[in-house]
Amino acid sequence: MIRAHDSVIVRTLGSLVIPLVQLYAVYILFFGQYSPGGGFVAGVILGASLIFAILVFGPEGPPGALAKKVLHGDGLGLIVFAGVGGLCLIGGGEFLNYANLEVPGLEPSARRSLGIVLTQIGVAVDIAVTAVSIVFSLAFVDHEEDSHV
Amino acid sequence: MTYSFELPLLALLMITAAGAILVKDLISAAFILGSYSFFLALVWAWLGAVDLAFVEAVVGAGLATVFFLLTLFQTDPKDHSIRRTAPPWAALLGLPALGLLLLYAADDLPEFGDPASPANVHVSPVYLENSLQETRTPNVVTSIIMDYRGFDTLIETAVVFTAGIACAALLRKTRS
Repeated sequence: MIRAHDSVIVRTLGSLVIPLVQLYAVYILFFGQYSPGGGFVAGVILGASLIFAILVFGPEGPPGALAKKVLHGDGLGLIVFAGVGGLCLIGGGEFLNYANLEVPGLEPSARRSLGIVLTQIGVAVDIAVTAVSIVFSLAFVDHEEDSHV
Repeated sequence: MTYSFELPLLALLMITAAGAILVKDLISAAFILGSYSFFLALVWAWLGAVDLAFVEAVVGAGLATVFFLLTLFQTDPKDHSIRRTAPPWAALLGLPALGLLLLYAADDLPEFGDPASPANVHVSPVYLENSLQETRTPNVVTSIIMDYRGFDTLIETAVVFTAGIACAALLRKTRS
């Protein structure tokens, strides 16, 4: 069972580092088209920042509560990814052929760029939620069951 | 071709891999496996696969180590059941022979970076030439995995999702 960390150094460093890590994850996600990186790495870094927050501040602290809320988004990333593919179907093309996304005023190449961004967001959300979910499965016990027994 | 950089790297890879297997304290083994992933990431970066190096460093050295440690906190981090016995003669003789056979076969592989190798003449030129005009994505790796090979990535995402669901179904505990 993991509790909040006692050391002031760890807590201060955590509160300084965690926002930076999350900012870096967002940068990796949206700059993945121009540099190494992309949805997968961004999702792992985002999930790792949440895991770090849980390990430092404990599962009962604000980050832990946020991470528990994040768990409700399990599968959301997959829906986003497959949903973009479905929108391509609606647009009249093949599944996951982003050139058929119905966005007015965009050329096919720009639509494909947009499709890459959207699916990368889907992958990142899926990976981040799964990482946090596995950590909760491994290390924590839920208290929500009937406590009066 | 000089081997001043890659030979020490490969030696460190083998040392860390052997150490992760041989060490008895499982927490040390998890950390040694993390350092192995870092050296592997350096190998990927040296081969020019920077995206892969990124993933290896983040997943292999970061996330996997955390998962291993969290698992070990639930159990006994010392493995008392390991009894080292001498390997059988068949393994001592057969494995070097197999290694020599693989080295002999590796001689027929195309040179690294050879533009005429089969992997470099089939679809790679099409992607490299058309990626920027067709998808406006300068990073060809991203355009391949998210657009040209988007279906593979969708199934991969489904695999990750399934892994998370399976972990939750098997491992999540509720205290009653």
